[in-house]
Amino acid sequence: MELLPTIWFIVIAVLWTGYLFLEGFDLGVGMLMKLFARNNTERRVLLNTVGPVWDGNEVWLITAGAATFAAFPLWYASLFSALYLPLLVVLVALIFRAVAFEYRGKVDSDSWRARWDWAIALGSFFAAFGVGAALALTTTGLPLNANGDREGGAMAWFSGYAVLGGLAVVGFSLLHALAFLALKTDGDVRHRARAWFVRLLPVLLLPLAAWALVIQFLEGKPWTWAAVIVAVVAAAAAWFLARGGSEGRAFMAMGGFLLLGSASIFGAVFPVVLPSTLDPAFDLTIANASSSDYTLGLMSVVAAVGLPLVITYQAWTYWVFRRRVSAAHIPAAHSFLPAIAARAFTTKG
Amino acid sequence: MEALEIARWQFGITTVYHFMMVPLTIGLGLVVAVMQTIWHRTGKVEYLRMTKFWGKLFLINFIMGVATGIVQEFQFGMAWSEYSRFVGDVFGAPLALESLLAFFVESTFLGLWIFGWKQLKPAIHLACLWIAVVGSVFSAYFIIVANSWMQHPVGAEIIDGRPVMTDAWAVFTNNTALVAFPHTLLGALAVAGGFLLGIAWYHLWRRRKDGIDTVGADGRVVPGEAAVPGRDLTDYKVWIRSLRIGAVVAMISFAGTAITGDLQGKLMFEQQPMKMAAAEGACHDGTGFSVLSVGNLGSKNCDDIVALIEIPGILSFLANGDFTTEVRGVNGLLDQYKADYGTHLPDSPIYGERAGQEIEYVPVMEVTYWGFRMMIGFGGLAALAALVALWLTRKGTVPASPWLMRLAVAGILAPFGANAAGWIFTEMGRQPFVVAPNPDLNGIDQVFMFTAAAVSPGVSAGELLTSLIVLTLVYAALLVVEVKLLVTYVRGGVVSAMPELAHVPADENEGATPGPGGSGTDKPADDVLAFAY
Repeated sequence: MELLPTIWFIVIAVLWTGYLFLEGFDLGVGMLMKLFARNNTERRVLLNTVGPVWDGNEVWLITAGAATFAAFPLWYASLFSALYLPLLVVLVALIFRAVAFEYRGKVDSDSWRARWDWAIALGSFFAAFGVGAALALTTTGLPLNANGDREGGAMAWFSGYAVLGGLAVVGFSLLHALAFLALKTDGDVRHRARAWFVRLLPVLLLPLAAWALVIQFLEGKPWTWAAVIVAVVAAAAAWFLARGGSEGRAFMAMGGFLLLGSASIFGAVFPVVLPSTLDPAFDLTIANASSSDYTLGLMSVVAAVGLPLVITYQAWTYWVFRRRVSAAHIPAAHSFLPAIAARAFTTKG
Repeated sequence: MEALEIARWQFGITTVYHFMMVPLTIGLGLVVAVMQTIWHRTGKVEYLRMTKFWGKLFLINFIMGVATGIVQEFQFGMAWSEYSRFVGDVFGAPLALESLLAFFVESTFLGLWIFGWKQLKPAIHLACLWIAVVGSVFSAYFIIVANSWMQHPVGAEIIDGRPVMTDAWAVFTNNTALVAFPHTLLGALAVAGGFLLGIAWYHLWRRRKDGIDTVGADGRVVPGEAAVPGRDLTDYKVWIRSLRIGAVVAMISFAGTAITGDLQGKLMFEQQPMKMAAAEGACHDGTGFSVLSVGNLGSKNCDDIVALIEIPGILSFLANGDFTTEVRGVNGLLDQYKADYGTHLPDSPIYGERAGQEIEYVPVMEVTYWGFRMMIGFGGLAALAALVALWLTRKGTVPASPWLMRLAVAGILAPFGANAAGWIFTEMGRQPFVVAPNPDLNGIDQVFMFTAAAVSPGVSAGELLTSLIVLTLVYAALLVVEVKLLVTYVRGGVVSAMPELAHVPADENEGATPGPGGSGTDKPADDVLAFAY
């Protein structure tokens, strides 16, 4: 009877992990626009490494949200309404970030670019932080009443776990982006990214490791403890591989770390999807929050076909754009000579 | 204002706004894909230029649709948690399938199209655009399925107080969805048609004003060239063809929306008779279509409404296809709704302070009455303008009149207005239900929900007001940016989307872009991707 809800719990865990693995690096690249890139050419190197793929990566978030709605409507309703203000921040961050990616290069002006650079960097930061906070809180719990509604007002969701989860995803994204840049760029950016990766790994992974450990102490099972340990091994492997210059393998080791880390967290809380901090009797579980077997069965069939297909064509995209980008490749800015004098935005050229 | 009102305003504002970007994305995407296909087939450079120019405007608009779309998905859970809990078993599935089967496709293949101009073989590059466009069309289908279930809930039965899906086929082939889907697609094409027409008109007018194109004694155009990059003979072809494509698309899509709209209307008279009665301001049973009703529509009191001009028989034709059947008016329906669904909201905590209040079954009539007429009016106006435009440009260019040009550009807004009015009509007309019941005998009993029960009980009015203000301000600011950017690129002309025209002498291959016959094997070594950012 619980087979389908269990499968959908795993699917949603996979969707979140896929989201963090893919969008993790483009969120990180967004933040590195301000932290790492030294000039406009480097910023364009960074942007173009994620240019063809960031939007497809973001759909993993939308799919995770929609799949939660369809498979666990009560989890979706309680989590999203309880986190009203933090999710508003995530939405505004994602809006600005998306528009900034597309519009930044559309007008050749320094002040124009500078404004959108901030939108990308801050948008990426707040999106990563907010998603991290939301994910942490769905594992540590929210003050929900019997109906699944938040008690205690607009900020009742806030706790140290929210900050820890936020920092965990921000830190992971930054590090993952450095691994990605080392793999996807050439020249100075590549070497600096690798050096930063090696230097910063312990600091940037600390909050995520701490979150995984906290969950183990709260809800751990033997196999999830083992997963945490192997995750730490994967992180160490990433460090050694990056130091040794194996950028592709280091990136994959980061993926292994994420996969094991998220398995240890989701596995530990299972079968609870959203604990209530007011009364364990109000916990949302895969049993009391899920849709009917009919709906889950229908979606299982579609997901069994659709998800491998998504992974295949997204992998193909990465293959098409597999070549490294370097500062030397970046063409001059689009300094177009308008056919008819533009009045809306002045352009230099 | 109470939480419920704020949440409703927020949903309305964010959805109408999102649906300014969406029809342009869908309609323009289809048009650009056809343009690139013609270029691919014929190698005519004007079609490459059209692909690049309209493709650039498409992308500037596309991203706004993406950015505002996420809000739509999140706010069901954020602001409407009771709704989400109630309908999730049925309503969640089309949303999840939309992400999984359509939105992934659209986003991924559009990325390939934007950045893959040089990496992909031309046929594959073209295929990527088609796949992305088909993805956006499927996306529309799934969303319409979800929305149609709110208008006409099928394929579900109530188990433990909530609708549970029992027949997915019924949900995905809901007759409401099957007519709303083509209606929406054609509405999107109407937007693209008006967009092409207005902008192409501006450029043709500008070419005349700048003395590039002249008109001979017989009134026929004599296209010319200017010593400005991109403003050559090919440029003339770009605009005249865009104008004609736009005009034809606008007319065909209006005809299509009229036909599908008629089918929708007939279904609606059956499925949501109160909505249609309110669209008519029709208080009493009758056969006449009101052309102009005056009085206080907002008072919801039928004694205040006087139909000044009425065409006998037309209402019956809209509803049943004949001229004699009596169509039920608001007064008669009201009694039936009260008998079927009660006179007062139940005394249940999910209604909050509204528990036990009297139910207002008549939608806000000034909105439904005028929304319905604005939808038809704006749509018809755009189609008429397209017909006139084809006639005025029969000799190859537009008249020199600046007023006509302004009218053509302003006309871009008409199909947007028709789309918005149609949605506002159909969603406001559904009130006071968020999931409308099926009053006909074949309907499913008890599968309905009052809007008053749908809002998140745990979310305060202050939180909702915060998000309403923040999102409205952000959306307003970004609309200004988008429109200014579109204006910049429109004024920039083709060269703004193809800077290579300004730097490389335009030969048959149009600069750096490989021709449609190219194998893609002769690309330079440092050809990593098209640096779109």
